[in-house]
Amino acid sequence: MSTPTGTVAAPDRGTTNLTTMDFVVYLLLGIYLGVVFMKSEVVAWFRIQEMFRFQAFHMYGIIGSAVIVAAASVAAIKKLGVKDAHGNPITIPPKEMGKGYRYWIGGTIFGLGWGLLGACPGPIFALLGSGVSVMIVAIVGAMLGTWTYAALRPRLPH
Amino acid sequence: MSEFLTQPWPWYVAGPLIGLLVPMLLLYGGKQFGISSNLRHLCAATYPGRFDFLKYDWRRSGLWNLTFLGGILIGGFIGGVLLRNPDPIAISQATVADLQALGIQDFTGYVPEDIFSWSNLLTPSGLIIILGGGFLVGFGARYAGGCTSGHAISGLADLQLPSLIAVIGFFAGGLIATHLLLPLIL
Repeated sequence: MSTPTGTVAAPDRGTTNLTTMDFVVYLLLGIYLGVVFMKSEVVAWFRIQEMFRFQAFHMYGIIGSAVIVAAASVAAIKKLGVKDAHGNPITIPPKEMGKGYRYWIGGTIFGLGWGLLGACPGPIFALLGSGVSVMIVAIVGAMLGTWTYAALRPRLPH
Repeated sequence: MSEFLTQPWPWYVAGPLIGLLVPMLLLYGGKQFGISSNLRHLCAATYPGRFDFLKYDWRRSGLWNLTFLGGILIGGFIGGVLLRNPDPIAISQATVADLQALGIQDFTGYVPEDIFSWSNLLTPSGLIIILGGGFLVGFGARYAGGCTSGHAISGLADLQLPSLIAVIGFFAGGLIATHLLLPLIL
């Protein structure tokens, strides 16, 4: 997470270079998520349309149950004070509120894209893997958006 | 078992499986689930330009996440090709009717060929939805400091108010795109 104003922090704490074990674990976790994305159809433009038209519970059930399971896990990890597999303490830095502009303006802009494209960043890549090759153009678009943000960042309210 | 693998998975199976990724990443490497940071890493790796925002050691902070992203790509192939559900996605009849009224005819895949095809890319609807939609997703995710995974899953799970505001924004934008913009574009 970058700080809202001023200095640009690294997106998250770098530890060390990836070991072969790290590489395998992160790759497998990504494969796991990609398979769940496809099998649950959250990658489907149709499912996102159905969600934004309030015509099925499917997406709400997925997001809601994912948040509940994740929240219970995070609470347990904090309560127990467990360390990660590398022996480091687990900390979750809070997102800085600042004036809050970035969250509602940026969030709404993201939502406009999500509603049109029917896919957020993870599903864009999963769809590409499943053979929807034109998604490469969406990735180029998303990178152009990221560069544009990088260029405008000093002038945007955060 | 093989039937379970090729059938679509219900929400109460898929949701918890996605949620479990948050503790798995934390417990293994103290990492936070957030996919759109990879767009920043990709930009930093290819063309950081003169932007302070893209000048950092992307290998050190992002290589794990880019590896994870590569896994998602492979998982997309496994889940979407090898374990593909042979039937069309069972969306509600009301959604089918709404989308047919907008001119969508292909309901066979994950995305309608009417929009998401190379032959449609260079039409106004293709450019706005695929390239423009991608642009808004990339710009908005970085401006908001996260996407569906970073804010809606990780952030909400950690009870962070900024993430709740962002998620309300995600839905507001999605509703505007669905109900106001798509009828104009399609």
